[in-house]
Amino acid sequence: MAMIAPVYETGALGGGRALVVALVVGVAFGFFLERSGLGSARKLSAQFRLTDFTVLKVMFTAIVTASLGVFWLSRVGALDLSRVYVPETYLLPQLAGGAIFGAGLVLAGLCPGTACVSAATGRLDGVAVIGGLLVGILAYGAMDPLVDRFATSTSRGTFTLPQLIGVSHGVTVLIVVILALMTFRSAEWLEARRAARA
Amino acid sequence: MSSDARGTAYGSPYLAGVGIGVVLLVAYGVMGHGVGVSGALTSVVGTAATRLSNAPVLPEWEGYAASGLLGLLGDWFVVEVIGIALGGLLSASLAGRLRRDTERGDQVSVNRRLAFAASGGAIMGIGARLARGCTSGQALTGGSLLSVGSWIFIAAAFAAAYLVAPLVRREWR
Repeated sequence: MAMIAPVYETGALGGGRALVVALVVGVAFGFFLERSGLGSARKLSAQFRLTDFTVLKVMFTAIVTASLGVFWLSRVGALDLSRVYVPETYLLPQLAGGAIFGAGLVLAGLCPGTACVSAATGRLDGVAVIGGLLVGILAYGAMDPLVDRFATSTSRGTFTLPQLIGVSHGVTVLIVVILALMTFRSAEWLEARRAARA
Repeated sequence: MSSDARGTAYGSPYLAGVGIGVVLLVAYGVMGHGVGVSGALTSVVGTAATRLSNAPVLPEWEGYAASGLLGLLGDWFVVEVIGIALGGLLSASLAGRLRRDTERGDQVSVNRRLAFAASGGAIMGIGARLARGCTSGQALTGGSLLSVGSWIFIAAAFAAAYLVAPLVRREWR
């Protein structure tokens, strides 16, 4: 069976149509974020007070759904995985950047995507988070070249979990699914215990 | 007065997660790449900074600075972020959750909450640039494509968030 996707990579889709896809993808993404309540800083940040596990549930379900889909679509020959861009690995920058990001996330109560949803639904704190993001991004651009040297250090290129742990793509996805199910079970148990106490 | 749940109750996080997973699959299948937000904001900042300063672009902005402010509307990720806002607006208006306010803890002033929001945003901006993405581009996209760096990002972000959270607990009391 001939590979049919990614469609854009095969040249069957023009730039204008790609922007329509961008709009549709964005609208659906924003819609689901708002549906789940992640446009609310109080609800999102409750993940880190261990009182509401919506962040973990939404994020892990999305990752499981997409990684299962990617595995099966490429398995049946519908998706050419070699033409899907996988974010490259930079070990230390992503460790440090992730930690800085997480600290900012707790203060802000919203991540960049959910801040857009929050702002669009009338919340001024969402607008403030976006303003802060723009300032932070500008500040990063003006930082010392040493920061840039660090940011490009410990580069591993396209480096995936199956390569890291030395098992097949399918087994890795299975591990992610099992971890997610265990996480969901623990989250539901903690929420139920909390509700019983209240 | 602080605001909490507005309008009707929120939907199932699992259903929303499946929906976002399908969105990711559509992006991979049609475009060959996932979603992102901090990159789009970088395009906006890079373009604005390059335009306003009239100086040569910083190395940081290379590849980000579009041909002009109008050219930004030809940037896939900028259009996608506009879509995110519209999608949020659509869902909130269908659910009766549209209202102008500042969400904050009962003991917290509006200014204090906005200061936390803005400073948290600035810190996230720096972290996202260093890590080459945020929750969308690294955690969701890279996570589902099983990138090692993205899983490092997820682990580091959650670890730091749990370390800092007890210090700012009273912000939401």
